[in-house]
Amino acid sequence: MEMPIPDEGIIARKERIVQRLQSVIPHDAVIHDPAETRAYECDALTAYRCPPLCAVLPSTTEEVAAVLRVCFEERVPVVPRGSGTSLAGGALPTADAVILGVSRLNQVIETNYDDRYIRVQTGRTNLSVTGAVEADGFFYAPDPSSQLACAIAGNIGMNSGGAHCLKYGVTTNNLMGVRMVTMEGEILDIGGTYVDAGGMDLLGVICGSEGQLGVVTEATLRILPKPEGALPVLIGYDSNEVAGECVSDIIKSGILPVAIEFMDRPCIEATEAFAKAGYPMCEALLIIEVEGSPAEIREQLDKIKAIALRHNPVEFREARDADQAARIWLGRKSAFGAMGQINDYMCLDGTIPVSELPYVLRRIGEMSKEYGLGVGNVFHAGDGNMHPLILYNANKPGDLEKCEAFGADILRLCVEVGGCLTGEHGVGIEKRDLMTAQFAEADLEAQMAVKDVFDPRWLLNPAKVFPLASSEQRRIAAE
Amino acid sequence: MTPLTEQDLAEAIAMSSGPLSIQGGGTRPIGKPVTGTLLETKGLDGITLYEPGSLTLVVQSGTPVTKVEEALAAEGQRLAFEPMDHRVLLGTTGEPTMGGIAAANVSGPRRIQVGAARDFMLGVRFVDGMGNIVKNGGRVMKNVTGYDLVKLMAGSYGTLGVLSEVSFKVLPVAERQLTLTLHGQNTKEAVASISKAMGSPFEVTGAAHLGGTTHLRIEGTEASTAYRCERLVSLLSGEIVVNQDQSAQTELWRGIRNVQPLAGFDTVWRVSMTPSRAPDFLEMLQREHEIEVLMDWAGGLLWIGSKADPQPLHEKLQREIYNYGGGHVTLVKAALKDRTRLSVFQPEPRAIAALTNGLRARFDPKGILNPGLMS
Ligand SMILES: Cc1cc2nc3c(=O)[nH]c(=O)nc-3n(C[C@H](O)[C@H](O)[C@H](O)COP(=O)(O)OP(=O)(O)OC[C@H]3O[C@@H](n4cnc5c(N)ncnc54)[C@H](O)[C@@H]3O)c2cc1C
Repeated sequence: MEMPIPDEGIIARKERIVQRLQSVIPHDAVIHDPAETRAYECDALTAYRCPPLCAVLPSTTEEVAAVLRVCFEERVPVVPRGSGTSLAGGALPTADAVILGVSRLNQVIETNYDDRYIRVQTGRTNLSVTGAVEADGFFYAPDPSSQLACAIAGNIGMNSGGAHCLKYGVTTNNLMGVRMVTMEGEILDIGGTYVDAGGMDLLGVICGSEGQLGVVTEATLRILPKPEGALPVLIGYDSNEVAGECVSDIIKSGILPVAIEFMDRPCIEATEAFAKAGYPMCEALLIIEVEGSPAEIREQLDKIKAIALRHNPVEFREARDADQAARIWLGRKSAFGAMGQINDYMCLDGTIPVSELPYVLRRIGEMSKEYGLGVGNVFHAGDGNMHPLILYNANKPGDLEKCEAFGADILRLCVEVGGCLTGEHGVGIEKRDLMTAQFAEADLEAQMAVKDVFDPRWLLNPAKVFPLASSEQRRIAAE
Repeated sequence: MTPLTEQDLAEAIAMSSGPLSIQGGGTRPIGKPVTGTLLETKGLDGITLYEPGSLTLVVQSGTPVTKVEEALAAEGQRLAFEPMDHRVLLGTTGEPTMGGIAAANVSGPRRIQVGAARDFMLGVRFVDGMGNIVKNGGRVMKNVTGYDLVKLMAGSYGTLGVLSEVSFKVLPVAERQLTLTLHGQNTKEAVASISKAMGSPFEVTGAAHLGGTTHLRIEGTEASTAYRCERLVSLLSGEIVVNQDQSAQTELWRGIRNVQPLAGFDTVWRVSMTPSRAPDFLEMLQREHEIEVLMDWAGGLLWIGSKADPQPLHEKLQREIYNYGGGHVTLVKAALKDRTRLSVFQPEPRAIAALTNGLRARFDPKGILNPGLMS
């Protein structure tokens, strides 16, 4: 993956830049020893690494502003970082960049159950937001699988989703306001403890902007009362087509499950070998979860069952209690880990119209043979967000490149059938150079115009999202 | 000008040098009056794609809302965000368009449960002020590819670009609705009851208060609504009347959605604020002003009607909102001269205005798209 050539002038000024940073935040909050900056050399896209010039860990919004003012004056690129779990290389630094980590900004500022929101500093982890309100019967809905580690900062950066977003939406649908610092060091409050933007919806464009418009230090999040209960069913089919039809029929019937997850045979086999969840060996497996009181759950499951049986499943398994529910989820939750046992893998994230599911799965199977690389599919079927996992061997020369080429072909296929390159992981560096498959020049220009307005010098996470060739003029002009 | 294709629209804008007044159905004349050449979208009419099994709908921007509602109803689906029809309140005529809903981010009572128009918009195609055709988002439910300009377009009232096509997520119609009504409540009691209900797992899909009466709506299957109703009745104290009549409830919520009770007022404001702060805010206003109030969105949305000279109240609303937890005040209905002299939208803090003005300057450098409308 190509990255811009680091600015030697900045690297030469490292000492002075570090000193200036230390003059505005505590010494121990500036990490500049090469042995320590390594900790920030990559995110969860570990194939790409580069230690930053230095990393800073401010503890207040004011400190963030002070750091940004220094970097702005010194014209040093800044890469905002939450927990570094991005799968797209969103938090990957360059050698001339300062990593600005928000991990020390991890406090709950206010919880308000009457108005159903929580205000937190964005370094707080996703799961601990729910943790802060759970005892009072509330939860924060977006639940990425990485929720134990990932921070609200990164969730906002990537507009992250989760298994339950079919019903509750993704981050942007649950975000009411932010406090954000611009590259120039100005502190802005956008949105607040009320719904809907007043004028232009800046909040909407900030969410998902991958750290390119500003550094978000606080967030007001919508919290919801916990449902009375939830139970999943597991349905097995002997073809992807039929499973796809079943999903479509359920959705058309008017039932809105909280989650519809899909696994294909390679994935089922890997999971069984690893987690022994007792899944049936079949071509396609659906896990569908519904919520409500026991009677409401029963009513919905009966309807789902009737639809599922019409399509002749090879297996229909209901959870009667929490224990059985956990067993049904066990395989799905360990799917990534299971695939990791077999080999190194790359996790893709394209979205397709649900109606194209069978066709896309068939094409992926064909391409898998052509490339000679295995692939397992596990994904959110209700909303068409696919996660093909391509298996490769990192120690085998050329395998990573082959895997990336295969991945790019799958993503182009997603776009061809009316979908998109990424449903929840973000563009980062990973899909940056594929953007032209989905967007024409004018589409990218319009997006880059937004960055021009927020960050005229193109210092915030500049080498991400846009193909380097498209952003080059702007990055150079700003230097 | 009434272009019939996106290409025509692009050419019309590229060739224009003077201000354009952009209009869908012309049913929502919100904002500062714009004098300019009329540019209508109603020639861009038609449902491009509707896939009930994927819950997706793609429409051209000038498509009448009624046409879409009919198509959806035939499949047992709907625009779940319940867009308000402004004709009732504003006394306008014409056919509301889908592009108008998107450009003004128009939602109704169900917004508290399912989200606003902006949350249901999956993708847009628009023409910017230079005549470039731009697309963003798409027709799929989850999409984080690049910046979300869909949100930016929602509620920008045509000042960044003229929408040519919009895709929406749609949802199934609920089998049944029930409305719980509590009489004789003041606003404080109303917001307290509503907050209790909203904090329960029973998924209230409408929570409004008007003239001492509070309405709470639940939707779902026969069994589920009966169960939730029973639980809510025991949760809330006081006398509760349960309305089971489906068409009467549809009327009631349509009236709330359309702010019908304030139709007789010359001046109407829309206030978005923190629900629990609304009662004190209203009490403060009522000390000096005679106003009529419709409270929606669990107290987070106030419609305020007045028959007096709007200026003093307008200024107070936009100033005092900051002392009550923040939010924003829009002068939705007023005489032409008042809409011209008063700041229709909540004035933005300097740093925010720099960003929104900066965006307009980039998307519309000639300054021809509804210039000044949002000031
Ligand atoms: C095992 C695993 C499972 C995952 N499952 C899911 C899933 O189910 N759904 C999903 O959506 N994602 C998933 N992810 C991806 C990842 O966890 C999410 O993208 C997450 O939101 C990243 O959060 P983070 O705090 O780690 O952010 P980082 O990786 O640190 O940063 C992510 C992006 O946000 C920007 N950013 C960080 N902090 C700020 C800030 N303060 N202000 C502005 N921008 C900022 C960064 O510059 C970067 O572009 C998974 C990842 C892993 C490793």
